[in-house]
Amino acid sequence: MSRYDQATLERHGLSPEEYGRICEMLGREPNLTELGMFSVMWSEHCSYKSSRVHLRTLPTGGPQVLQGPGENAGAIDIGDGLAAVFKIESHNHPSFIEPYQGAATGVGGIIRDIFTMGARPVALLNSLRFGPLTAPLARRIMEGVVAGIGGYGNSIGIPTVGGEIAFEPTYAGNPLVNVFCLGIARHEEIVKGIATGVGNPVYYVGAKTGRDGIHGATMASAEFDDKSAEKRPAVQVGDPFMEKLLLEACLEVMKSDALVGIQDMGAAGLTCSTSEMGSRGSAGIDIDVSRVPQRETGMTPYEIMLSESQERMLLVAKRGREAEVERIFEKWDLHAERIGEVTDDGLLRVRDHGTVVAEIPDRALTDEAPVYHRPMERPRYLDEVQTLDPSALPAGPAPGEVLLALLGSPAIASKQWVYRQYDHLVRADTLVLPGMGAGVIRVKGTSRALAMSVDGNGRYGYLDPYQGAVLAVAEAARNVACAGARPLGATNCLNFGNPERPAIMWQFARAVEGIGAACRALDVPITGGNVSLYNETDGQAIYPTPVIGVVGVLAQADRVLGRAFRAGGDAIVLLGEGRGEIGGSEYLKTVHGLVRGLPPALDLGRERALQDLLVALAADRLVQSAHDCSDGGLAVAVAECAFGTSLGAEIAVPEVALPGAAPALACAAALFGESASRVVLSVAPASVSAVLARAAAAGVPSRVIGRTGGDRLRMAVGAETILDVALAEAERVWQTALDACFARRVA
Amino acid sequence: MKFAIIVFPGSNRDEDARHVATHVLGQSAELVYHKDADLHGADAVILPGGFSYGDYLRTGAIARFSPVMGAVRAFAERGGPVVGICNGFQILIEAGLLPGALLRNRDLKFVCEFVHLRVEQTDTPFTRLAQPGQVLRMPVAHGEGNFFAEPDVLRSLEANRQVIFRYTDAAGRATDAANPNGSVHAIAGICNAARNVVGLMPHPEDACEAALGSTDGRVLFESIVATVAAGAAARPRPAVVTAATPRV
Repeated sequence: MSRYDQATLERHGLSPEEYGRICEMLGREPNLTELGMFSVMWSEHCSYKSSRVHLRTLPTGGPQVLQGPGENAGAIDIGDGLAAVFKIESHNHPSFIEPYQGAATGVGGIIRDIFTMGARPVALLNSLRFGPLTAPLARRIMEGVVAGIGGYGNSIGIPTVGGEIAFEPTYAGNPLVNVFCLGIARHEEIVKGIATGVGNPVYYVGAKTGRDGIHGATMASAEFDDKSAEKRPAVQVGDPFMEKLLLEACLEVMKSDALVGIQDMGAAGLTCSTSEMGSRGSAGIDIDVSRVPQRETGMTPYEIMLSESQERMLLVAKRGREAEVERIFEKWDLHAERIGEVTDDGLLRVRDHGTVVAEIPDRALTDEAPVYHRPMERPRYLDEVQTLDPSALPAGPAPGEVLLALLGSPAIASKQWVYRQYDHLVRADTLVLPGMGAGVIRVKGTSRALAMSVDGNGRYGYLDPYQGAVLAVAEAARNVACAGARPLGATNCLNFGNPERPAIMWQFARAVEGIGAACRALDVPITGGNVSLYNETDGQAIYPTPVIGVVGVLAQADRVLGRAFRAGGDAIVLLGEGRGEIGGSEYLKTVHGLVRGLPPALDLGRERALQDLLVALAADRLVQSAHDCSDGGLAVAVAECAFGTSLGAEIAVPEVALPGAAPALACAAALFGESASRVVLSVAPASVSAVLARAAAAGVPSRVIGRTGGDRLRMAVGAETILDVALAEAERVWQTALDACFARRVA
Repeated sequence: MKFAIIVFPGSNRDEDARHVATHVLGQSAELVYHKDADLHGADAVILPGGFSYGDYLRTGAIARFSPVMGAVRAFAERGGPVVGICNGFQILIEAGLLPGALLRNRDLKFVCEFVHLRVEQTDTPFTRLAQPGQVLRMPVAHGEGNFFAEPDVLRSLEANRQVIFRYTDAAGRATDAANPNGSVHAIAGICNAARNVVGLMPHPEDACEAALGSTDGRVLFESIVATVAAGAAARPRPAVVTAATPRV
């Protein structure tokens, strides 16, 4: 008979089988502190128990990979002896409960993951999903999330250089807040989260430990329901100033060579950092919680080990170098508290005033956590939603009206309302401003620049999880290539529903397969990432939403390309082919109110050829601007190239075949369909023939579709001009739509 | 010449300022930690942008007590050029080296964007190479940059020509739409009565290279270099030279 009743185990998110396994590993029943430690480490959030078997299939290697998954962040070689260290992470659940702090601490957490690796964080991106902004709750959540991201990043002084936002009803009760951070380190400076060397001191640095966030990891591993608001205490409060001090002090300590390993305390706090560091070093760690600086009185070992208070780090230093380490933290007004030491018995031993209160093999908490092959089943909804009969669709409004409707939809409209609140210029490296495609920063001291993009399309994922994932990888890499950078590595944030449902698990598995296929074909190995499951509210799962971050390198920073037209009279060249694919498109949703059909097809070989071509064209300065076609298709892409330039555009594209559809609908499909692997270039007249020849040689379809100039956006399908709007009017609609959503707020 | 760039806990544009001083201007620069009570022989002082002490209290309210501020004050009183940018401006105000106050932005949100400034006065160490009325394009990035002063203070600032920069549109007109934070009289930067201490909210240090979208900030840093050079020419410091020169 167990010493814990069913309710206690359930509260700890442990099944009876898992409890049995714990007893087996320990050779006895766990005490309550140990039960709590297993509970957080075996939670989905920390153990990846449902996702691990699938994640193993992802490509993670390559000559450019310096650090693959398993560390605090991944790292790729960017030349000149430098590494880009990056990762994306979700903070979805906390951001729903408390938008400002949830998002802020998400930023803080990912920044710690990066500087823990010995890299100086230099750029942030984010990928956000909210419910439609017509609902006050969605506006409140978005306003809080944006302010929280800004509040943390601005203060600590890391520029937020880009991102993406989309709105769907499916995210109304479960927003997504995925934050990406990138840092730069010299290869030899990369530090690992490892504990070795018997007798080496274990230090605790940073904020004091409070009762905040206890069981945060367990919360992130459960669905939401009407009781979720009661979980408020599980959200933590961020202190970017403390983190700024930690960042500077830790980077200084790392340079001193007195350090063995370091890890931040994120999810599962002290339990996770001690067990993972010990586990990686095949060592044990012996700590005394009475030495842990505490913000509140009367905290139990259980609470101290499970607290997720922010801005805390665990360090293992070299014995004999203690004074050096302590001096550096003292300089930054931080107190480094020695809480224990490294042992050789592979045990995480926790004491309270000397008395052992928990003793667990660290591998039992980490590598030996359960791994599940959860049952999978193709969801039944797919057959229904994948059918789309164009002949049943009405012709819809005139193309000019459609363009304005799309430009004014929050998903496509200018996001200036958002990125104006983010310091995107601090560090004086930002070469491409937010809202203009990939984020691009120069690497001081070299000729290089880094381009980065995060992308994902939940509607595509809903209609076909595999294809949605392929398209997400391709778009992120294409955005990087449009800037002229060669995509080198990727990180993924996988946002899904409850994995205990076979249909959700099937979506997850298919998405991971899609990511794997696309990353292999485009040679962007996955170097790390994060899985966020249980994104459900009241039994309703979100769209399967894999978000992919891709990082690429420009050998010559001055060859960077933006999306904006540069001169009147330039040729507008379309790379790739439009096939009028409207399945899952913004057009179908905005104009026809439908989320149906199949997402666009994509040939990975052609995509690779397109991206290689873009990098070569930029390197040889043959094009003036480049912008990929995504939401809203070609018409929106061309309009976006024109915004901010006072240069209009005139284009003509071929008709597309849409069997059974009204002619007007086929025209709309040509302009607003979202066929993949397409890029809009502007090319100086003297370079046009060279560009077309290079495209032909690369096997990439290309054609001149028009030219820049004038003050209108004029578009023809076949021989007939069917869209003719004033550039100023289109730009006004696009520029003011998001502001208008928030101006509508009731005082 | 040598710049001292003061690093408070939470400063975050200190490296931007150093980059401009060294890599763009080719001068020397030293980051001086706030616990230092000495400026290490610098010819000019920059208080950089950031969130000193997290700005949890009134911006700049704690930083002004840092040991280094005694040295900065003494340096300013001797007539040395001192420039506070963004958080540095806030600190100079809290330290009483500049008048007025910086309140939360009019729309209560952080604002990061390129703006235009009109140079109002050119007889400061920060603007001597600029043209009167010249319009400069550079970014702002702040949550509390809404300059405010009591009417009598404002009158004296205007009467003494202490308003150095105003927010304007690209054509140099001080319109409401061109004012990013609601500052009274569209004030973006001011100087002290002695004109050697200047504070401004916008970031010239992020606008000194074409790759970053503007080179308009350079003239301000070059003005400091010219000021120091002129000062050195006018008042050579014989003590150092003679001590090192053997008597013949």
